[in-house]
Amino acid sequence: MHLADARGVTGYESPAWDGVNSLFADLVDEIRRDPLGSAIMWKKGAAKEPPARIMFAAHLDEIGMIVSKIEDEGFLRIWMMGGVDRRILPSMEVTVHGRRDLHGVIGAIPPHLQDSSKKDKSWKWDELTVDCGMPADRLRELVRVGDVISFDRRAIGLANDRIAGKSMDDRAGIAVMYEAARELQKLSHDCDVFFVATVQEEVGYGGGITSTFGVMPDIGIAIDVGHGNMPGVPEHEALKLGGGPAISFGPHVHPHIFSKLKETAEDRGIPYQVEPGTSPRGTDAYAMQMTRSGVATGLLSVPLRYMHTSVETLSLGDVKKSGQLLAYFASAVDSRFREGLTCF
Amino acid sequence: MKDLVKKLSESFGPSGSEDQIRQIIRSEVEQYADEVRVDSMGSLICRVAPKAAAPGAAAKRIMVDAHMDEIGIVVSYIDDKGFLRFSPVGGLNPHVLLGQRVVFGNGVVGVFGTEKLDDIKDLKFDKMFIDIGARDRAEAQAKVRVGDAAVMLASFADMGCRVSGKAMDDRIACAVVIEAMRRSRPKLHEVYYVFAVQEELGLRGARTAAYGINPDVGIAVDVTLWGDTPEHAPFNVSLGGGAAIKAKDSSLIAHPAVKNLMIDTAEKNGIPYQLEVLERGGTDAGAIALTREGVPSGTISIPCRYVHTPAEMVDMGDVDACVRLLAAMVEELASPAGGGIL
Amino acid sequence: MLLAKLSEAGGISGQEAEVRQLIRSEITPYVDEIKIDPIGNLIALKRGRKGAEGKRVMLAAHMDEVGLMVVGINSDGLLHLAASGGVDPRVLVSKLVYVGADHRPGVIGSKPIHLLKAADMDRSTDMDSLYVDIGAKNKEDAEKLVKLGDQIIFATKCEPLGEGFLKGKAMDDRVGCYAIIEALRKQHDFDLYGAFTVQEEVGLRGAGVAAYQVKPDLALVLEGTTAHDVTETPEHGRSTVPGQGPAIVYRDSSWVGDPRIVDRLIETAETAGVPYQIKRTVTGGTDAGRIGPTESGVPVAVVSMPCRYIHSPVSVICADDLNNYVKLAGLFLDSLDERGLPV
Repeated sequence: MHLADARGVTGYESPAWDGVNSLFADLVDEIRRDPLGSAIMWKKGAAKEPPARIMFAAHLDEIGMIVSKIEDEGFLRIWMMGGVDRRILPSMEVTVHGRRDLHGVIGAIPPHLQDSSKKDKSWKWDELTVDCGMPADRLRELVRVGDVISFDRRAIGLANDRIAGKSMDDRAGIAVMYEAARELQKLSHDCDVFFVATVQEEVGYGGGITSTFGVMPDIGIAIDVGHGNMPGVPEHEALKLGGGPAISFGPHVHPHIFSKLKETAEDRGIPYQVEPGTSPRGTDAYAMQMTRSGVATGLLSVPLRYMHTSVETLSLGDVKKSGQLLAYFASAVDSRFREGLTCF
Repeated sequence: MKDLVKKLSESFGPSGSEDQIRQIIRSEVEQYADEVRVDSMGSLICRVAPKAAAPGAAAKRIMVDAHMDEIGIVVSYIDDKGFLRFSPVGGLNPHVLLGQRVVFGNGVVGVFGTEKLDDIKDLKFDKMFIDIGARDRAEAQAKVRVGDAAVMLASFADMGCRVSGKAMDDRIACAVVIEAMRRSRPKLHEVYYVFAVQEELGLRGARTAAYGINPDVGIAVDVTLWGDTPEHAPFNVSLGGGAAIKAKDSSLIAHPAVKNLMIDTAEKNGIPYQLEVLERGGTDAGAIALTREGVPSGTISIPCRYVHTPAEMVDMGDVDACVRLLAAMVEELASPAGGGIL
Repeated sequence: MLLAKLSEAGGISGQEAEVRQLIRSEITPYVDEIKIDPIGNLIALKRGRKGAEGKRVMLAAHMDEVGLMVVGINSDGLLHLAASGGVDPRVLVSKLVYVGADHRPGVIGSKPIHLLKAADMDRSTDMDSLYVDIGAKNKEDAEKLVKLGDQIIFATKCEPLGEGFLKGKAMDDRVGCYAIIEALRKQHDFDLYGAFTVQEEVGLRGAGVAAYQVKPDLALVLEGTTAHDVTETPEHGRSTVPGQGPAIVYRDSSWVGDPRIVDRLIETAETAGVPYQIKRTVTGGTDAGRIGPTESGVPVAVVSMPCRYIHSPVSVICADDLNNYVKLAGLFLDSLDERGLPV
């Protein structure tokens, strides 16, 4: 939950970086940040010969907003950072990261004042403004165009092991890597494991592209969130909350990695789901696979409801099981498996 | 400066056919560079060596980029009667073309015509053609080939403190870079001034140029939109408001350290500036930032009205502010402190 | 016939194994090296006479085709499907398909016309309402026969059509694969690489990875492209016309062909009297869009084979065009020996 509450609007991930750093510091051998800001956390393997290199990637950034103009009446005009559904914004409380953090609300026009002919329409970006409760001159001292805005939402526990909060997409993935790193302390592994918290995934996988170029892994597995079962989503398109990690299959996934993840789950008695798809887009796996001479990739999805809202909901059991699966996978990868990746 | 802007604005260089404009820029900059080369895509890369080598360490590399290509059209078919069909090169609105003329690289001039339309709203490129005054296919083919590109025919207008012409996007930035190159000499690090090709087709030239240079920091100079004409959509940039420092567009989130250095440098030197969040549009910095392991990058924008028309307008005061800001940024980055970035 | 075998092999994006295996067994006797990379591209090398001093030239064609994938199984044992690459759902109803690596037959059914409302006749079919019937009794039965993620390809026989035409599926881009298989037979001064790429149809995802490994001095993409010479289309909208020869592409939405290579292609065709056409539209993208921007840039151009009705279960090509397409690629390579690389 601490991870989810940390602020790391895409492109401005530094506040979230501290938390990640302290979480992983004792679990890995070396931590560095690449020029765009992705955290690359290296846990060395036991192999004598050049070890296989596995990169796990979850993205650190979250969707948010940016101040695009300060109006004389004291309101901030805003624009999205990443794919924000503007229909969730009216009446949202936010934090404006100015010279200091300011509390703000996104105002909604009361029904009494609305034009009834427009009642069926959602509000457009230029009809949504942030009110920080300050006059314009004071606002201009504290806020500049280009300052970022995050959702003001603390994670809360729901019934069973379910929690809801902002930016579970993809702090859930960071939590999976943390669970995997903890589990790996108890296991032996030949391969070098790189836990990478990538930046700017929400605006086009920027951190996934650059960090993979730097790490040059043999195997890359992205950990992201997948759409959970909820009203309006056909059953065969949704993942079951609490049903365990979803192992993705499609052009963005190497068939051997898909099989190995499945076998590992079955051997260890970890429940899993299969998530087939024809589009390779949408996660860091997209970027990793096409880097340099090509990377054998996989994708693990944590089932999540209400993606890209501030009440993203998931099951902690799925996170834990995903972490265990990745640790066992890493421990089972040897140089023979690596050599086999080019034998289709 | 206005003479240079006029010359660059009126030159020929649609995306993919930048030979002429490259030659003109090359003759302007050759004297200030220690090395000039053209990469395999056609971008012009000028290296300026530092006054003194960095003690102990290898010199870092600063990349400054402006694109030299411009929007235009490309001939896709020549019919029996000698009319040319065409496709747009870069982001072009068909309505802007009505009543305009184009010029090809060899000087051939054409005018736009349209098929019969029931409603002007139906105007699309495939309902339009270009008439170069040819009487049949053979005569047309003697002047123009399928695949040849053309640009708008528009002369430069000096309006006093403001100027107007075609291809201010991005020749005004080429002028800014040339002028900044003249004024600054890096103390410590190497500066690569790049005049890139094919930006209008998707930041293509900057991508390969940046890969070859492998820079430690990148600055693109490009035009941005405006928000200060009657009933315009809200946008925080006005003509005459100074150099625009970009926070975000759809290709790039400016690296916070680079953006902040631009703001601090402008304030320190008393250079007028404004901050910019552009909803749609991109610059070469978006491509530079994702090169290899990543490059901290930002953009200095020149406010420009009526972008992607033959009558783009800029304010010479803004242009001067951009020159000063770029030159000062290069000085800061190439200083021992490296602007806190290098 | 080799092209027929290539056309009938199944290979949606990410599942190109059957095509790759077929190509591999064809070229193994006469190429010097074959490599498969981590994402599945097959890269073959025919060494040049000049050894290490020679240049590196890469031909590229993609192995994958558009098709469908099994993404769910309902309680009746019918398969939910998703499009892989650009497939218009209107072409799917009432077609025979093969599911999975072992080509299990299935049919795409639809609600009979008797049960449709009049208004439904004018509405296009959407993907969500389509399913494949493999004859399974129920979900459990279907799960024994197919897996989630299995490919679904069109069951179209490749054979001659009318006078001088051929019909078949996946001409985009098995014609290109075919041309490279032929070109690799001949030794040149330079090292010739044949890159058979994956995942072109879902975003040009294989070719850049291949180019990064080969690091060519020059590349030529061999594609299958739209031919649209049907009656209603104005002349300038007819992207290419079957029977007029291979189409040289000066630019498309993904890349500007290197003008030096385009000029050489035109000169080569004219000198040898090989018919050719210039593609009349600039829409669509090809693997050139990934090869071109690789590292510091790779000079690249595209030659396309006109194919009617691509991205559907059946496309039609002209046999003479195919011969001239293969011939032009070969003559272009010869010209690189005789006159050197134009770049």
